[in-house]
Amino acid sequence: MTTTPSISLDQGGAAHAAPPEAIDTAAASAPAVGSGVGDYIALMKPRVMALVVFTGLAGLVAAPVAMNPLSAAIAILCIAVGAGAAGAFNMAYDADIDAVMKRTRRRPVPTGRVPRPEAYTFAGVMSLASVLLMGMATNYVAAGLLAFSIAFYCVIYTMWLKRLTPQNIVIGGAAGAFPPVIGWAAATGSVSVDAVILFAIIFLWTPPHSWALALYKSGDYAAAGVPMMPVARGAKSTRIQILVYTGLYLAATAGPLVTGLGGWMYAIAAGLGGALFALLALRVHASRAGDMPGAEDALYAVRAGDKSARDLFAYSIAHLALLFAALLAEHGAGVHWPLPGGAG
Amino acid sequence: MNQDEYKPTVKLTPEQEAARNKRNGAIAFGLVAFVVLIFLTTVVQMTSNWNAGAAG
Repeated sequence: MTTTPSISLDQGGAAHAAPPEAIDTAAASAPAVGSGVGDYIALMKPRVMALVVFTGLAGLVAAPVAMNPLSAAIAILCIAVGAGAAGAFNMAYDADIDAVMKRTRRRPVPTGRVPRPEAYTFAGVMSLASVLLMGMATNYVAAGLLAFSIAFYCVIYTMWLKRLTPQNIVIGGAAGAFPPVIGWAAATGSVSVDAVILFAIIFLWTPPHSWALALYKSGDYAAAGVPMMPVARGAKSTRIQILVYTGLYLAATAGPLVTGLGGWMYAIAAGLGGALFALLALRVHASRAGDMPGAEDALYAVRAGDKSARDLFAYSIAHLALLFAALLAEHGAGVHWPLPGGAG
Repeated sequence: MNQDEYKPTVKLTPEQEAARNKRNGAIAFGLVAFVVLIFLTTVVQMTSNWNAGAAG
């Protein structure tokens, strides 16, 4: 006797013991299974991946040990794929939240273009491949850190903290702070004070960056039941905490100047860029951003009262990129002129 | 099971079939790329170790 398993579409093709009846997906109301390659790319959060690659590359280039160019390229690829895998896991796990939020409801999993189990499989395979390749191409310290950062983002942040506490992105931000440390470890096989400083910069940058967005998207988060700071503690408390973390972040950006990792170019980016960051954070503090929660359709669509929060969110990305671009230029292009009095 | 007796249980629309083919192509490309990267990594590591051995 010939038996063929029926396929449950919403389970991503997992076979089960139901009678073997053919399913016409065109007639069914289930979401389409046909997802293109672009959906896999969207699943990896390419915009987040770009910043991760950039900071990881800066850590690798700023490290005091020159790497084989091919090994360096593979290390960066592994950081990118590892980050993408973590992003895919996040999208699969948070599909219920994403479906409610206007900002995220068009993502591949909530729309059904990629079934949830398929997204989990994709994330798992990519995670394993990136860690394995990192271990082979560089060293086990870098591979271990990559594995830890993926696990931290998936388990600690996505599965545990995100739905539990308004401190979710403060602690969870550690996952996003790992790339420069991984890059550094890939080159040197160890983690130095400079690598920890680069970690601290991104770690302390995350709260003002994420909360600025949350201030003008708090309606979205409230609808999804995510206890982001403006939802759980209110807009005023969030604006104060943005200011506090901005101070800590700017203090951390001075770290590379003390150790000598950053030269003149970095000093200008940290000084002038940091002053503008502080100015924008002060504007947010003085504003009434987030006082009237509501959801907008587009990421940059914002009410007049929330404009200061939008400006800080957008500039925070630019400032972090500027800092790491300065490090990249100084160490990659050989234009590192140390400041007088710096340890370097 | 005889290949001739196999009957698919899911009827896909032409668009879905096209999308599945694209996904399969992407997976195949990914696998080949992974194998190539493993090969290149092995060559780089072997060369590095060989050079280190020759220098020592």
